[in-house]
Amino acid sequence: MLERIRQLRAAGVLGLNERNCQYIMRYNPRRLYPLVDDKLATKELALAAGIPVPALYGVIRSFHDIRDLPRLIADHKDFVVKPAQGSGGDGILVVSGRARDRGLYRLVDGTIMDEASMGHHLSNILSGQYSLGGHRDVALLEYCVRFDTTFSEHAYRGVPDIRVIVFRGYPVMSMVRLPTRKSHGKANLHQGAIGAGVDLATGRTTHGVSGNSNVEEHPDTGAAIAGLAIPAWEHLLEFAAGCYELTGLGYLGVDIVLDREQGPMLLELNARPGLNIQIANRAGLRPRLAAVEELPAGAPAAERVAWARSRFGGSPAEARVA
Amino acid sequence: MKRPGIWLLVVALVLTGGGLFLYKWQGLGFPLLPDTQARIWTVEVQITFDAGETPNPVKATLYIPALTPGFAILDENFVSRGFGFTTRYTGGGRQVQWAIRRASGPQTLYYRAVVYKDPSRVEADTTPPFPPVPSLGEPLDTAMQELVEGVRSRSADPASFTVELLKRLARPDADQNVDLLLGGRSDATFRARTAITVLAAAQIPARLVRGVYLVDRERQAGVRPWLEVHDGERWLYFNPDGGQQGLPENLLIWWRGEGPLYDVDGGRDVEVRFAVQLNEADPVLVAERRAEAWQSRVTDFSMFALPIQTQAVYGVLLMIPIGALVVVILRNLVGITTFGTFMPVLVALAFRETQLLGGVVLFSLVVVLGLAFRFFMEHLRLLLVPRLASVLIIVVLLMALVSILAHQLGFETGLSVALFPMVILTMTIERMSIVWEERGPVEAIQQGVGSLLVAALCYTVMENAVLKHLFFVFPELLLCVLAFTLLLGRYSGYRLLELVRFRALAQAIGGSRDGGA
Repeated sequence: MLERIRQLRAAGVLGLNERNCQYIMRYNPRRLYPLVDDKLATKELALAAGIPVPALYGVIRSFHDIRDLPRLIADHKDFVVKPAQGSGGDGILVVSGRARDRGLYRLVDGTIMDEASMGHHLSNILSGQYSLGGHRDVALLEYCVRFDTTFSEHAYRGVPDIRVIVFRGYPVMSMVRLPTRKSHGKANLHQGAIGAGVDLATGRTTHGVSGNSNVEEHPDTGAAIAGLAIPAWEHLLEFAAGCYELTGLGYLGVDIVLDREQGPMLLELNARPGLNIQIANRAGLRPRLAAVEELPAGAPAAERVAWARSRFGGSPAEARVA
Repeated sequence: MKRPGIWLLVVALVLTGGGLFLYKWQGLGFPLLPDTQARIWTVEVQITFDAGETPNPVKATLYIPALTPGFAILDENFVSRGFGFTTRYTGGGRQVQWAIRRASGPQTLYYRAVVYKDPSRVEADTTPPFPPVPSLGEPLDTAMQELVEGVRSRSADPASFTVELLKRLARPDADQNVDLLLGGRSDATFRARTAITVLAAAQIPARLVRGVYLVDRERQAGVRPWLEVHDGERWLYFNPDGGQQGLPENLLIWWRGEGPLYDVDGGRDVEVRFAVQLNEADPVLVAERRAEAWQSRVTDFSMFALPIQTQAVYGVLLMIPIGALVVVILRNLVGITTFGTFMPVLVALAFRETQLLGGVVLFSLVVVLGLAFRFFMEHLRLLLVPRLASVLIIVVLLMALVSILAHQLGFETGLSVALFPMVILTMTIERMSIVWEERGPVEAIQQGVGSLLVAALCYTVMENAVLKHLFFVFPELLLCVLAFTLLLGRYSGYRLLELVRFRALAQAIGGSRDGGA
């Protein structure tokens, strides 16, 4: 056991206690949490700063609003239902099609929901079933991203997204999250999605993990996980780095989706990003965070991205030797 | 980042809590373990007499212990039907006086003292003046002078003088002067009296004390004479029978001086009997009395100052921080996830009523049945709060059902569910069903079993008799628990389960490093 601790220490793997104690508590002031815990607030903030986000079709704020659902989404074939204060992807429904005349919704994983079950789900969201503190919430109806063709071989029905950990404005680590059958089309690792590490310098995926174990191929499509190139990588990193100025949170998980037509869009921000990204990248976060901690504040986003790409790029083994 | 503040706080808490604990444990003798028993003696004096045919006033006095080296009095009481009583200090110690205006026929008076060994008790008496030189008239004065000279020549100080004197008094046939002084009497009391007279002639203050040997189940304990000699600094004790110095460790000094043990005015056929009994007593009680005697304020803030019922409540409440500490350790050091932060502590409290096995069975049964009902209700599409309320009602009904069934089958544990936290169970069912739907049954069952394990562990720790006793008698130890919890709050190392979680990572990185090197 001590050997394992020594190994992890040497690899610079960050644990939950250390993440909470040394980074989240120090760099994320609590008063800023509402900006990221409430997705509606995040969206408004991003729109004001000119950062692209999935279009908002409507907000269901009260039980009375539930009957407005058909009207709000009248012009859209597909859409996403989200609790504004949900955590870990709970309560998100991705509707990929509907039979308008019969009031049926087809979800991305193939199940069919009728109007009444949709209303029940919305009322559960409003009651706070999925919110962090169990208090009342609102439901967001938003644009369903048509994900970039890059990922068409690598996503089972859902929308893959890109998670970038941004520390003091510097991107330090990144991964792509690929939905699987097991995750019901959701891109959350603990729901069964695959995480694939991304080389910060090149924007190419390195290898994947499912749960806590390594995977080489997508379990549903059979496509190789490694070697996938994310388009417009530099732009995407600058976009992510800019979220630091947007919120002021020093330790931030930025979730980005790539839309076929509209390019990168901010999906959500996370003030307590998970640690599995280390497994996906086969690298510890701590040395990278320590390197960023020594840098002076105030560099522009493009400069920060260039620094991070030169410093943290390459295969993990090479990066450590350098 | 260094935080000196927390270290100062931790050190201050540990010093305060630990210091108070050490003082109470070592200084006041509060027991560390629940089953240690203090030995206490009950000494009972029974006076019986006949007040006569016609009613007449009766006054009875009895010497009772006051200064008792080596012993402390825990409790005493006076039993007498119809008599009024007062206690007062006299030259010989303390006396109780019983009085009644009209009494007739046989009467019985009791004095009962409960004493325990307390080596710290010493005789703190004033230094007596030098006694006047006694005058017995010739030829006794000359005999006494010669005896004093003889003894003095073979002794160095009051102690050795007394020993030598008592030795000679024990053998009257060897010395004519001694024989003359004793006049043929040889009982211990008279020898002690003679010794006091001779010591007075040698300008050594001395007095006669009477004590009772504390021997278990002694129904007819007798009063023994003993000799107290002041050497200028403190009182020394000598056995008038042979002259050994020191006080036997089970001799309780009852009174001093020449006065009689009792005096009954208005009664006849007086009989006095001593009875001694050894008992085991709660050492906490003894320690408290000791603290009182030391005028220590500590026990004013003790749990034992509270009414019994409140004490029982605090016996449970004081263990909750320990349960919370277990939860902190299991969550932050081990990394087990549970439903609700302190839910396991509340469930553990409920286990007190049902015992561990019964509690675990009951918990699992209610959660599984409640979960089944919750899944059924999903089809009814209820709003959140009414749905929670329905689950709560079902939980209560399930528990009632379990109790009835258990009673029919003859199990008693099913009945003692009164405190089972039904709201907590309801919330557990609700959260478990959400995890079940969103993350799959594996994770839901994992978290459910994890919660149950943590609760069982909390229960085991919180019901530990030694810990319960320790925190009830020394609540200040909670300050140390607080200090430890504060330290855990700054722990930034790996959790035990993270070592498993990052196993693949550690191997991958370790492997690639070995390859590169």
